[in-house]
Amino acid sequence: MYVAVKGGERAIDNAHAFLAEERRGDPAVAELSVAQIRHQLALAVNRVMAEGSLYDPDLAALAIKQARGDLIEAVFLIRAYRTTLPRLGASRPVDTAAMDCVRRISATFKDAPGGQVLGPTFDYTHRLLDFKLMAEGGAVAAPATAPAATGHVPHITGFLNRDGLIETDTPCDAVPPDLTREPMELPTTRPLRLQAITRGDEGFILSMAYSTQRGYGRTHAFVGELRIGTVAVEMDIPELGFAVQIGEVELTECETVNQFKGSKTEQPRFTRGYGLVFGQSERKAIAMSLVDRALRWKELGEDDTGAPAQDEEFVLMHADNIQATGFLEHIKLPHYVDFQSELELVRRLRAEATQMQRAAE
Amino acid sequence: MSDYNFAYLDEQTKRMIRRAILKGVAVPGYQVPFASREMPMPYGWGTGGVQVTAACLVPEDTLKVIDQGADDTTNAVSIRKFFERTAGVPVTDATADATVIQTRHRIPEHPLTEGQILVYQVPIPEPLRFLEPREVETRKMHELEEYGLMHVKLYEDIARHGQIATSYAYPVKVGGRYVMDPSPIPKFDNPKLSGSPALQLFGAGREQRIYALPPYCDVVSLDFDDHPFDPSKAPHDCDLCAADGSYLDEVIVDDQGGRMFVCSDTDFCQGRRRAGHVGRLGVPDDTGPDAERGA
Repeated sequence: MYVAVKGGERAIDNAHAFLAEERRGDPAVAELSVAQIRHQLALAVNRVMAEGSLYDPDLAALAIKQARGDLIEAVFLIRAYRTTLPRLGASRPVDTAAMDCVRRISATFKDAPGGQVLGPTFDYTHRLLDFKLMAEGGAVAAPATAPAATGHVPHITGFLNRDGLIETDTPCDAVPPDLTREPMELPTTRPLRLQAITRGDEGFILSMAYSTQRGYGRTHAFVGELRIGTVAVEMDIPELGFAVQIGEVELTECETVNQFKGSKTEQPRFTRGYGLVFGQSERKAIAMSLVDRALRWKELGEDDTGAPAQDEEFVLMHADNIQATGFLEHIKLPHYVDFQSELELVRRLRAEATQMQRAAE
Repeated sequence: MSDYNFAYLDEQTKRMIRRAILKGVAVPGYQVPFASREMPMPYGWGTGGVQVTAACLVPEDTLKVIDQGADDTTNAVSIRKFFERTAGVPVTDATADATVIQTRHRIPEHPLTEGQILVYQVPIPEPLRFLEPREVETRKMHELEEYGLMHVKLYEDIARHGQIATSYAYPVKVGGRYVMDPSPIPKFDNPKLSGSPALQLFGAGREQRIYALPPYCDVVSLDFDDHPFDPSKAPHDCDLCAADGSYLDEVIVDDQGGRMFVCSDTDFCQGRRRAGHVGRLGVPDDTGPDAERGA
């Protein structure tokens, strides 16, 4: 009669087969190709690359297909794959000033060298369902002019910096820490924080950033500049003695300009928040720069208002959706043993309480 | 799976984990930070234990994996399969035959011996976490051996409930120094932690911590002189094998409130039944003492 918990092995195999069948769906409907996902669900691919910390659109598209469109599951597949890859070397820092921008906007200046380039944005679309898309096919009208391949576009914050109105970021050649190779130690440094945030869950980072806008650690942010485009990735080849371009990646970079009234240690001037994310991931890049700025309260001598977004341990320890989803979902694993011990405890406590009640009566 | 290294992890990663293990063994009960890797199973599902096991396994090992004491619960099956595929080591259900045992939430009933390694999967390695959520603070508390908060918590339990209301993951003090979370084993298992001839390793993947109890290490469950530690269990015998000293699971058998109690350690229960013990609801097991798994 005691058979319920036996047969785990066969149950797992059957569940996997069922899953594969469900993933494919109705066989009468054409199967989705990885290329289709890569090219037509590009923003999903971008998110999987950003949070998976691996720039490979084909693998990200494959992961989305395998995960049945569950993006966190897709990120997980990419992370698990990424961790097995050998590390051949490190690239040079990418130069975002040399980005080939498809989009570049500033909210702080009406115009600036390089211009305002809207690029492929949802911003001014009316969010009305386009039922024409339900009827498949049909060529899309090309935009009137080709997107400006602008080459070297100077950073907006550079103009502010000429007047000393914004803090100067001092360049640093120190090897940045790697949170995938060393355990996170608290308190952290800004490079490590940025690393954690850029691979953090978009929803979580968005909410943290939103909370600062609503007053929980307010930072008065303006989007100084938001740019999206491709940058060259260069690597020093020891045998050659110089750097060669090994490829290019698409990035979204956001620099916020934040009001700063000055503190005990710093003069009044503008401060910066920074966001850099793989692919076209605008929401994430802006959110990242707000959270980055909020976390810098200590170095700028600001007050700790107790806001969640100012608390690096809170933000960094809960930003990773792979850690979060794993731990959250593990509570569906069997817990008979712990539950049994709790049962015994509650029974004993209740028995004692009943006894005491009776004694009192 | 020939594309992967023996036991999945590359040798550099194993070396890093072994260093953490050695440090843990040298400082019993101290939580050693380690650069936990993303594993192909989710965080919270034993990634810490899997990494420790992978770092310890050699081809000559025999592996046993249990979850809730049982060899055939789904996650135990999954982890055992993982090592069968990536390491190709023989596996067993028999506690006595295993050289490495990975466990979740239980210590086997069968006494462990010298040379065996027991690897625990740990969800939250910090025993002070639910008293103080901040890692920066709890590490300081361990450094200063400042465990007053924990004693206050246990005292408040007694003041409120007349007893310490912690039934699993019951905190222990190791070698008179570090307060340690023994992972969510029932407190019934706590006495087995102390003086065990086996090496006990604890891996927390998501929290990036490894800690250890070397063989014959002294482990004391926290208590008070007038409220001594009580390793309680259900006041029943196993309904299948009649064992009176093993930890029991409660199984609901009908919708009339009927229930039975059975050993949580399936290998232990099986062994007793093969040896001829029959419980209240058991049937004699005639597969004999040498019957193989799956027979």
